[in-house]
Amino acid sequence: MVDLRNKLVLALGERDGIPGQALQACAESAGARVVYVATQCFV
Amino acid sequence: MTTRPVIRAARFVLAHVPDLVYAGSKPRRETAARGRDVRAQIRSRLRTFREAVAYAPHQVMIGNQAPEALWDLPRPWHLHSPAEAPCEGPAGAVVDQPTFYAWLARADTARLIRFDEAFVAEAGPLVRGADLATASPDALRSAVASGAEPIGDPDGRGIGVLLPGHAQDESLAARVLLENLATKATGALALRRLLDGVAGDEPVDFLLGCGEEAVGDRYQRGGGNLAKAIGELAGIRTAGGADVKAFCAGPVHALIIAGSLVASGLHRRVVVVAGGSLAKLGMKFLGHLASGYPILEDVLAGVAIDVAGDDGRSPIINLDAAAVHRVGDGGAPHQMAAVLTQAPLRARGLRLSDVDRFAVELHNPDITEPAGAGDVPQRNYKMIAALAAQAAEIDREGIPAFVRRHGLPGFSPTQGHIPSAIPYLPHAIAGLTTGRCRRVQLIAKGSLFLGRMTEMADGASFLLERNAG
Repeated sequence: MVDLRNKLVLALGERDGIPGQALQACAESAGARVVYVATQCFV
Repeated sequence: MTTRPVIRAARFVLAHVPDLVYAGSKPRRETAARGRDVRAQIRSRLRTFREAVAYAPHQVMIGNQAPEALWDLPRPWHLHSPAEAPCEGPAGAVVDQPTFYAWLARADTARLIRFDEAFVAEAGPLVRGADLATASPDALRSAVASGAEPIGDPDGRGIGVLLPGHAQDESLAARVLLENLATKATGALALRRLLDGVAGDEPVDFLLGCGEEAVGDRYQRGGGNLAKAIGELAGIRTAGGADVKAFCAGPVHALIIAGSLVASGLHRRVVVVAGGSLAKLGMKFLGHLASGYPILEDVLAGVAIDVAGDDGRSPIINLDAAAVHRVGDGGAPHQMAAVLTQAPLRARGLRLSDVDRFAVELHNPDITEPAGAGDVPQRNYKMIAALAAQAAEIDREGIPAFVRRHGLPGFSPTQGHIPSAIPYLPHAIAGLTTGRCRRVQLIAKGSLFLGRMTEMADGASFLLERNAG
């Protein structure tokens, strides 16, 4: 288990996987500071 | 007067254009960063026309093989395809580069192409009768130095160059115009193919474009209506036209709208059209080179889909079971799958298991997996199967069997909007008429967030059903 409190997070989501915004919400709820968020499409 | 809309036919044309791979976005960027060696690496792994024709997924695209045949073909498929196969099939054709160039020449109504004198002399019947502007090799080199775009291998022999549409307008830069001309030519090839084979004597009332190109000048970048230009090039005079824009979800949105136009009685025959994406040629080439594969993204794909009133035979677009992803719907994959697959079925008292086949984004996994992008259709099918398990239609152990029974292997070239469900249409029409299928659901998704105007994705779906007559 990683303790995300006070950590800086780059949230890179994928369209068919987990969207960047969902990663951001999870990371922030665990006390991290999200400094970049994006969702990518690889096709 | 209203009628039930049907899909009578769909045709695909794959234009094999190995010399245009260098003009794809990724090869172009890698060449700029790492030099001309990149082109040499690409050149060493390009396929011949015969190899591209015989490639099993392409044979599925043009209807000579059923998609299900790919389940049993070992991968990678380029190693297990036959040496020879027909370039024409019931669902379309693979055309060679000279044929594509001839259509590109005819598509150039602004007369911005300057052809290599030697090419015109050798092209013979393909461009006979065309009034082509030619230039010497020195003049062509000089044009490239001034912003013209080479058409063909920049280090070898191309057919000439494309001049910018305007000296200061970025929307009319030569490389932008080449993308749009390539889209126009491949869309027209598919449309001509459709009308040569299906009800050629019945007028087309309306053309709905659904590609991802942006046609316009600096004051209306993306102004569009390439549909009419495609119709003109294909020799149609009766049709009006307009474009539907929704990233990769465009074709399914367009089919729902086309069905609505026919159902309302406003139009009797609507053809949904799109050309291919030059920018996506060679998109995954680094993965292909690293895996020792040929460059598999060497075809531009055009499509034309015929939507008309009920003929008592062709499968029906069930507009009561059409769905769109709304602004307030969640964007996580399971939420999108629920909105686009389960919800419209439930509203009609159907279960997921009542659908014979789901057609999702049918990207060829041999193209995507070497580049780390995974097997896109299988990911989507597992999600639908998981929803079926959640709804207690199957148990968890039944997920792989559900995927095999209701899913498909991916077989489409990665041409953006082209893979989104529609490559299955020719096979779905066969299954729903002469085969045993009762219903097929077509599901498309679009990555709206790529345009930086929203964080949202998009999607649309509809049910195609057997016509009881």
